[in-house]
Amino acid sequence: MTDATALYDVPGPLTRRRHLLYGVLSTAVLAGIVAWLLYLLFSTGQFTYTKWMPFEYTGIQELLLRGLGNTLKAFALAAVFSLALGGLLAAGRLSDHRGVRWAATAVVEFFRAMPVLVMIFFIFVALKAQPLVALVAGLTLYNGSVLAEVFRSGVAAVERGQREAAFALGMRKTQVMTHVLVPQAVRAMLPAIISQLVVALKDTSLGYLITYEEFLHAGKLIASNLDYDLPFIPVVMVISPIYIGMCMLLSWFAGWVSRRERHSPKTEAVAVAEAGPGALLPGGEPPTAPRP
Amino acid sequence: MFRTARTSRTSRATGAPPRRPRRTTLTALCAVLLALLALVTGCGKPGSPPTKGPAADRLPEYAVARNFSLPDSPTWRRAKKRGHFTVGVKEDQPYLGERDPATGAYAGFDIEIARMMSASLGLPPERIRFRTIASANRETALQNGQIDYYVGTYTINDNRKKLVGFAGPYYMAGQSLLVRADENDIHGPQDLAGKRVCSAAGSTPYQRIKDDYPKAVLVSYDTYSVCVDNLLTYQVDAVTTDDAILIGYAAKAPDDLKVVGRPFSQEPYGIGVPRDDDALRFALDDALAAREKNGDWKRAYEATLGLSGVPAPTPPAIDRYPAT
Amino acid sequence: MNVLTENWSVFWEGFLGTVELTVFASLLALALGFLMASFRVAPVGSLRVFGTAWVTVLRNTPLTLLFFAVLLGLPRFGLVLPFKLFAVLALGCYTSAFICEALRSGINTVPRGQGEAARSLGMSFGQVLSVVVLPQAFRSVIPPVGSTLIALAKNSAIAGAFSVTELLGTYRTISELGYNIVWTFVWIAVGYLIVTLAISALFNFLERTWGVAR
Repeated sequence: MTDATALYDVPGPLTRRRHLLYGVLSTAVLAGIVAWLLYLLFSTGQFTYTKWMPFEYTGIQELLLRGLGNTLKAFALAAVFSLALGGLLAAGRLSDHRGVRWAATAVVEFFRAMPVLVMIFFIFVALKAQPLVALVAGLTLYNGSVLAEVFRSGVAAVERGQREAAFALGMRKTQVMTHVLVPQAVRAMLPAIISQLVVALKDTSLGYLITYEEFLHAGKLIASNLDYDLPFIPVVMVISPIYIGMCMLLSWFAGWVSRRERHSPKTEAVAVAEAGPGALLPGGEPPTAPRP
Repeated sequence: MFRTARTSRTSRATGAPPRRPRRTTLTALCAVLLALLALVTGCGKPGSPPTKGPAADRLPEYAVARNFSLPDSPTWRRAKKRGHFTVGVKEDQPYLGERDPATGAYAGFDIEIARMMSASLGLPPERIRFRTIASANRETALQNGQIDYYVGTYTINDNRKKLVGFAGPYYMAGQSLLVRADENDIHGPQDLAGKRVCSAAGSTPYQRIKDDYPKAVLVSYDTYSVCVDNLLTYQVDAVTTDDAILIGYAAKAPDDLKVVGRPFSQEPYGIGVPRDDDALRFALDDALAAREKNGDWKRAYEATLGLSGVPAPTPPAIDRYPAT
Repeated sequence: MNVLTENWSVFWEGFLGTVELTVFASLLALALGFLMASFRVAPVGSLRVFGTAWVTVLRNTPLTLLFFAVLLGLPRFGLVLPFKLFAVLALGCYTSAFICEALRSGINTVPRGQGEAARSLGMSFGQVLSVVVLPQAFRSVIPPVGSTLIALAKNSAIAGAFSVTELLGTYRTISELGYNIVWTFVWIAVGYLIVTLAISALFNFLERTWGVAR
């Protein structure tokens, strides 16, 4: 591990002064950019009363809250179904029957390779499903497949001795799984699971593209209204902090669990997955056990 | 065991220092979220924000047919049982089918047509449940019974007749062009070469420009409101679709937008019904004819689209095509 | 099969659009990601803060929201650009946050002793980075960067909904022409598989050539 400090020596007085200069300069440049953005916002009239006035009305606020509620509903459904599907597919991949194993592997690999939006559109357009159904089904197939890999690698990452000891005690395979391996693996994999749920939460916004009435859709309804002077920028300024805030809270929670579990004696036999950046990116490599 | 030990040691080495700033960020984050939530739930004005453009003082009222019965129509029987019609409409077309974001109430010419049809079929118009259905999902919504009928700039054509039935037409629209008010170069579709033209993805107007005026640069979105927005921000030079839709937008922003040229196509707007429900289709045809005759049609037009200054046209002849 | 042959030009155009988006957005993401990663390890505080903020915010932004803000928001500042450029901008900025993290954790995989040993030999900061740390980091960074770019290719599908020509958007044209919708999607899926498999083959090759022997 190379910390930033391992890359260069402790700076002396001259270097410190130079760094200070760099710091002042770069701060000035960044402040300049911010000021320029603010100037643009003001000069293009983004802070006029007409553009912000809609947000004062309870009807508009309720519209936004309803949209937020629909987003959270889709997220909750997708999360629950993804976890179930992930468990099922992971069980399939760990099965002793070759046919089951192959089928589960094929399903997992296919859905991980497809853009989630293609699946959502397929279900929506070709199978003529309702928007909510299409969104939840698409998210479930994709995130379920990714979670299956997380579960499988989590179980595989439990130290071999645990499994061997359990078998030596005369436990059956199911017992070994449910009593020994899965409890340890799930704890260790919890951060990775939550990180994947952040992906699901972010991807609920795809529902906007299939006219599911979620948060972004509510925003667009306000933003594209000629009566309010098309307040796109105000709408973005209102909804993005909420969206980003929700995702950040969940990401932070994943990191918190990860730090906690790492010090927990209950996960001693299995390396805790990082709530890594890879896990946050849809389609990114799921955080598997650390490589040897 | 060795592997585990190493992982935890290294992670501790890197995990500890950034913890402090992260906590402050989190606190700030929570504060912002709470503040927003308080802002959203705390205060609020009732009613809906003021609108632009002319508005009707009062909307016409339609006499509800008494003792009307249509036992041959399964759609009508279902609607009668639940006491109201469920009608598919559009939500972003000013003066045609527009939804107030604050109250959720719908208004416009299409909405008026839907209301008078409900009255003619014996169910009170104020009980209608309107549902926004995007253009791409209209056929599906009618086929699987999500809606009883659809009134929303729905052009009658043979391809669609294979999927749904059409009562009407109740209005004859034509493809036209919407440009910025200061635009002097575009007078008709022949001037579109090299210009960026926006229309709804996969719509008939889009195909027509693509086939007949291949030199125009096409841009497409799901809804026309985004096209109009692009027009106002100079991302595109013209928006093309049926004149009825464009007139509505121009009436909302008369200083910024204008409709140019003559319509260069014929788009008969019909009421979409489930394909096998001929009884409902003929009943709607009769109802339309009656409403056109007693002046309700004209009153509805004048209270909505007519506010743009375009006088009421003569309604098109109803195409009562035989049962299939 | 005839869905493909009769609409070959539509598919081909969409496929090229996806490839183009992926390539340009990848280049932007790599450049920006490298810049942000160097900001994040820089000794200058304000750059570190900026890099961290960039990564934290973009990693937690739904890509659809970013597209919405960039494609429909930026023109409001009088910025008139082709849609494709806006899409590349949105995709590239979004992915740069993940590239940055991949690069940074790549630097972290180089054992600390390497940096210390290099410094004890009297190397300067520039030498430590360019001769010792980065070459080693580069090797372990290949797989995560590869999977990030695959994700980028898949995410480019969102651009289709914002009037950029790409593969997923072709279904509209083809279904309007009355072709079988299921087969259309099958061929769209094949197109995406070709793109993602090509990227993964490229990175497998890179890893075989330069990767760390495990």
